[in-house]
Amino acid sequence: MTATTNPPSPAEAGEGRGEGARALVDFRNVFLAYEGHTEFAVEDINLSIRPGEFVAIVGPSGCGKSTFMKLATGLVPPTKGTVTVEGARVTGPVKIVGMAFQAPTLLPWRSTLDNVLLPLEIVEPYRSTFKRDRAQFAVRARALLKTVGLDGYQDNFPWQLSGGMQQRASICRALVHEPKMLLLDEPFGALDAFTREELWCILRDLWSAQRFTVILVTHDLREAVFLADTVYVMSARPGRIVAQRAIDLPRPRDLEVTYTDAFSQIVHDLRERIGMIRKAQAPA
Amino acid sequence: MNSAKQQRMEKAAPWVLSVLLLVVWQAICSLFNVSDFIFPGPIAIAKSLVEYAKPIAGHAWQTFWTTMIGFAIAVAVGLGLGVAVGTSRFVYRGLYPLLIAFNAIPKVAFVPILVVWFGIGTIPAVLTAFLISFFPIVVNVATGLATLEPELEDVLRSLGARKSDILLKVGLPRSLPFFFASLKVSITLAFVGTVVSETVASNEGIGYLMMAAGSSMKMPLVFAGLFVIGVMAMAMYEAFAILERRMTGWAHRGGHAGG
Repeated sequence: MTATTNPPSPAEAGEGRGEGARALVDFRNVFLAYEGHTEFAVEDINLSIRPGEFVAIVGPSGCGKSTFMKLATGLVPPTKGTVTVEGARVTGPVKIVGMAFQAPTLLPWRSTLDNVLLPLEIVEPYRSTFKRDRAQFAVRARALLKTVGLDGYQDNFPWQLSGGMQQRASICRALVHEPKMLLLDEPFGALDAFTREELWCILRDLWSAQRFTVILVTHDLREAVFLADTVYVMSARPGRIVAQRAIDLPRPRDLEVTYTDAFSQIVHDLRERIGMIRKAQAPA
Repeated sequence: MNSAKQQRMEKAAPWVLSVLLLVVWQAICSLFNVSDFIFPGPIAIAKSLVEYAKPIAGHAWQTFWTTMIGFAIAVAVGLGLGVAVGTSRFVYRGLYPLLIAFNAIPKVAFVPILVVWFGIGTIPAVLTAFLISFFPIVVNVATGLATLEPELEDVLRSLGARKSDILLKVGLPRSLPFFFASLKVSITLAFVGTVVSETVASNEGIGYLMMAAGSSMKMPLVFAGLFVIGVMAMAMYEAFAILERRMTGWAHRGGHAGG
């Protein structure tokens, strides 16, 4: 996307993939220790994410997945190593991201539509023209709400919506400013199984249509395998990437794919690897 | 139908209880023949309310506007300090212990000092009302700001939001329910401050009236003064409760309507 070229990262070179494709996000030997801690929260992270790639990061809770997100968005600087986004070294908030979390974190005093519009009031270039172009932005937000099945709910307050609907609105808020990168931190963790699978499909369709880059943090292996191009497995504290697996299931993927043997095999494999890590780290 | 009846009963409850209290009070006074100089009954108090209606109204007005000025200063200072304490760790660490210590000092102790500085009258009363009522506002506004979800802050910060953006778009609206809740507490405290100061150092106001009435053994008038303060505080409390519901209805919603 930018003029500068990015040499292939060790991870990329090692895997022998991504030739020619410049990385959108590149982690090189990244370590992070939070202030006042001597222990690293994440250790020696090396990975490279292509533009438009759907990446899932799985691992036990407390493994530094959320720390990884903070590093990728520039919310915290690494203690050692470098994080590069769009070919530029990250030194502050990268401003090309949308984020959604397990809690929808919608503002209860704003209507659903106004909640979705919030990022446009903050981020340039929308910020400076927000007052003038509000009507036009509202049309865009409404269209987005429609694609996630929230047509007709734009004037409701978040607390009048069900959990699944709030999460859809939260994803709309993360996408309204057309970010290049969408970061999702266990976004479907609090939903029931049916709603979760419904939202998987919504996310899949949004991604297929717009081809933003996604980093999805989850403990749900089926979710990771169903949605992602590449799954990274992280170990518990200090968080390290201990495995990387390309998911070569053909796209477009239908929910039916989750019942196939190939799918189960991949999930099984990943589960085994996580099991091994847990065993290795279990206190004696 | 049943719930409608229950609602009506709930609405009537405070009135019924008040009337009951007055009846019992009067009954005790009449039955045991308690002297009005010691403990006047509601009838004697009502009589004195009517008899001295004019001076009471004058003193009540004095107390009312004194309280409102003190309260207004408390709101301004409380909001300012609350925002400072709630948004800056540095200010929080530095200022909060001092505020706590200050709050523990009985504000009556300030009145003699204020009298030395400003003489007797309205100014010490305004300042006492302010001193006693700003603390809950600081604490509540600071709490509202400090309990902001970190995820939400991350969402906005990753977009390059400035501190002021987060404060205006999220922090302040979020702390409004806390703020209005504190106003209800503070307004009643402000009345306490004014009356205490008037009792010690003023020639005007309900506090002064009660003091004067007490020293001339007009006990029913002292109680009439108490009654007037109570009514004023209750009315202001109710006014702020209504304002609160108007401004922050989203924080007091009933059940969920989700589907």
